[in-house]
Amino acid sequence: MGEFITFPELLIWLPLIAGLLSFMLKKEGAAWTVSFVFSLAILAVSAASLFYTDPKFLAYNNVNYYYPNNIGNTFFVGLDGTSRILTFLTALVYPLIFLSIKKDEYKNASSFYGLLMLSQCGIMGVFVALDALLFYIFWEVALIPIYFLCSKWGGERRVQATFKFFVYTFAGSLLMLVGIIYVYLHTPPKVFENGTQTLHSFSYAAFSNAGLSAGDQSWLFWLFFVAFAIKMPVFPLHTWQPDVYDQANGPATMVLSGVMVKMGLFGVLRWLLPLFPEAVGKYNHLVIVIAIIGILYASLIAIRQDNLKRLVAYSSIAHIGLMCASIFALNITSMEGMMLQMFNHGVNVIGLWIVLDIIEKKTGAKKISDLTGIAHKAPVLTIFLFVIAMANIALPLTNAFPGELLMFTGLFEANPWFAAISGLGIVFVAIYILNLVQKVFYGETNTLTAAINDIGFSQKLSLAIIVVVIFAIGIYPQPILNLAKESVPVILGKLGM
Amino acid sequence: MGILMMFTGAFVKNRAVPRYLAIAGAILLFLANAIELKQGQPLFHINIYDMLKTSSYSLGFLAVMIGCLILLFLLSGEDIERVGHDVGEYFALIFFVMCGVAICATFNTLLFLFLGIEILSIPLYILTGSNKRNLLSIEAALKYFLMGSFSTGLLLMGIAMVYGGTPNASFYIASIDVGNTATSPFIIIGLILMLVAISFKVSAAPFHFWAPDVYDGAPTVFTSFMSTIVKVAGFLAFIRLFENSFGAIHKDWQKLIVVITIATLFIGNITAIFQQSVKRMLAYSSIAQAGFMMLALFALNDRAKEGMVLYAAAYSIAAIGLFGIVSRMNEFTISDFNGLGKTHPVVAFTATIFLLSLTGIPLTAGFQSKLYMLTSVVENSNQVWLVIVAVIFSAISAYYYFRVIQAMYFKEPNTEDPVELWNINGWFKSVLILLAILTIIIGIYPEWILGWLYYW
Repeated sequence: MGEFITFPELLIWLPLIAGLLSFMLKKEGAAWTVSFVFSLAILAVSAASLFYTDPKFLAYNNVNYYYPNNIGNTFFVGLDGTSRILTFLTALVYPLIFLSIKKDEYKNASSFYGLLMLSQCGIMGVFVALDALLFYIFWEVALIPIYFLCSKWGGERRVQATFKFFVYTFAGSLLMLVGIIYVYLHTPPKVFENGTQTLHSFSYAAFSNAGLSAGDQSWLFWLFFVAFAIKMPVFPLHTWQPDVYDQANGPATMVLSGVMVKMGLFGVLRWLLPLFPEAVGKYNHLVIVIAIIGILYASLIAIRQDNLKRLVAYSSIAHIGLMCASIFALNITSMEGMMLQMFNHGVNVIGLWIVLDIIEKKTGAKKISDLTGIAHKAPVLTIFLFVIAMANIALPLTNAFPGELLMFTGLFEANPWFAAISGLGIVFVAIYILNLVQKVFYGETNTLTAAINDIGFSQKLSLAIIVVVIFAIGIYPQPILNLAKESVPVILGKLGM
Repeated sequence: MGILMMFTGAFVKNRAVPRYLAIAGAILLFLANAIELKQGQPLFHINIYDMLKTSSYSLGFLAVMIGCLILLFLLSGEDIERVGHDVGEYFALIFFVMCGVAICATFNTLLFLFLGIEILSIPLYILTGSNKRNLLSIEAALKYFLMGSFSTGLLLMGIAMVYGGTPNASFYIASIDVGNTATSPFIIIGLILMLVAISFKVSAAPFHFWAPDVYDGAPTVFTSFMSTIVKVAGFLAFIRLFENSFGAIHKDWQKLIVVITIATLFIGNITAIFQQSVKRMLAYSSIAQAGFMMLALFALNDRAKEGMVLYAAAYSIAAIGLFGIVSRMNEFTISDFNGLGKTHPVVAFTATIFLLSLTGIPLTAGFQSKLYMLTSVVENSNQVWLVIVAVIFSAISAYYYFRVIQAMYFKEPNTEDPVELWNINGWFKSVLILLAILTIIIGIYPEWILGWLYYW
């Protein structure tokens, strides 16, 4: 243990190095190349970690560095099934984002790429941390580069919108910090390998054996849940999201909606459920109801949206709401479906953002009513968009189909009404997505869209990869489900099921 | 026992020498302190009837403060010279204050507590008014002096009450020992009076009214000194006095501390939001940070004491850096910070790290110190609601700290009326970077400082 550099460590340190390097590079092209090459390397590491899942590698993948610390937190990172899915997703989307923005010009592009890579470092850290304090640190650290990214590059009202986002999440995470401190003070003493001892410890094992009373659990549950719900975001804590997605620049939005919102879901899976089993049993139906209200609310707003970016934002809230509901359905089917869907949603939504980002950069417009007939001018883009849109509606053969099928089956097992009402959400998705495709891409061209030319090679490549992934998982979702199967029984076992 | 005092006193002779001597003196002081900490016994033996008493905690704390003083000299030495003609006097006065700080860290009798606080305060009145050409500065000095002498009176009265209330009429703090006998009303009244007096010194609400005007009016370098090192010394005196003398009735006066803490957090944070001047905003934020430090007094356990040291270091370093930057600006409203990220990248970057540290973002010293504080409160009493109140105010504080960051990075510089930062040389920048690196080292590895507290 700890003799070699391990996968989780590489996943954290490589982006950090890449980020710092690209800050220092004056030439913007060089900064892009460095970031891109590093993100490919990270993808390779992450892919390798998918294959070395043999139990004998498990010890290798869990690293625990003790450094003399009298409050008992350690640098403890590791990969299990859930983290593998999400680290792979994170590793996969970064090269795609870099590909899609190769031709774009940003002011101070070196810092732009650097901040992107630093955000990846924080996100990876969240997914691999097995120490509560380390988790919290990465949780916050992931936020800072995103804050600068969204505030520096983007629409006119970006600074206010991003700041709202920052204050929301910062307040939420501070509440979680209070919860972490409380649980920490109830953990048993820990003896380290070198014989020193601390009264309490932040390690995952200690946290899940803290032995909290049911009364404590019920308020701690909400302290943690609020932090995760803001990040996801779940109704009624979602109000930051449409503003930020609308105002922030394309790549930052992709990172936010593709990967960062998964941090909230991941937090629920990794920390909330195992830590507070009794409170989960008490409140799970309440959470499902809130999530379902959110699905309907967000879908209805999305139908009435004229702003493309806000439309995708609300659709994302609806999708995340469904995933949140199916976590709390607490059965194997729903959870496996949800883990599969976390991956799919990340890929699909990033595909959607890439297309919207291209359109916005080419035309400067982001209103549905301003755009029409893009298909005439950009046929390739339209084909890609069509596939991605179908995946959003979860048509069979696309990746979202098996995921949503499993989630609905699981919700149905919990309570048929949940499945029935949240199923309405699917219908709404079809309405607004088809509406979008029809109005924006078909019909006659107007003055704005007449000048459009089709997309370049690097953008084609990134969208093509997304489409391939969509079909590959749509036809054969088993590899990801296998990873999910590894974690789900463990989580449910902690809940006593 | 009184060597630290002797050392500082020795510097009075050097009143006419420039700042290099002051820096050398501060380093010498630091070394003396470190040697003493390492040996576990004082360098000189002077018989003062055990009225000063060192412990590794107080010496470690003192080391932090002297370290901050060195950093302050390194960063803003030139600004001190710029205030007026009597350069040597300013340095001498600062060393007098440090003498008071040393006494506050080591006092063993109420008499010496009083002496320490007075030696600390009187030079400060002069420093506040040192910019004789500025009416605000003079007004601030007068205000500070009037209010300060009032609080001194209260302190003295409190000491007299407690003296009268102790069974064997002794000034030694350990002999007050309220645990065994029924607490006499004298002691209660004395305790409250002393609480008020020292709250005044650390600018805790509702005794904070002098602070914004004084911090705003005083020359920026001295504001930096006052709101960091001196304030923290007040807290050290607070902790030592209340732990040793009134520890047994901790539960009773804890309630008073809760009220003071919440009031301080509330007034400091809420008022800071509305400030346009960065200097004044920092003054209010310094009140807000004092509210956080009051939590140490509330919990008063080992972790709180560790947290106090961390907080002292984290807050002082960040505030010294920020005040150092402000002191090099002609005007310092928030809009004067516009576009600083472009015109002065190093200054803006380090300022960002200091602001993040004050907000309490992980990987900076501010996070570790807040973590220790909050943990100590939960550990002491399980009063989670107090912690929740504290973190809500901490989230509010993000609002005004981030306004400065927004101005620096996301706004264009004023083209018609550019802000001039005078004399941003390589030296100034490298000291700023040193401060930023220290902030991050403490944020990742706080044991670096805490280890010294348990040296013996």
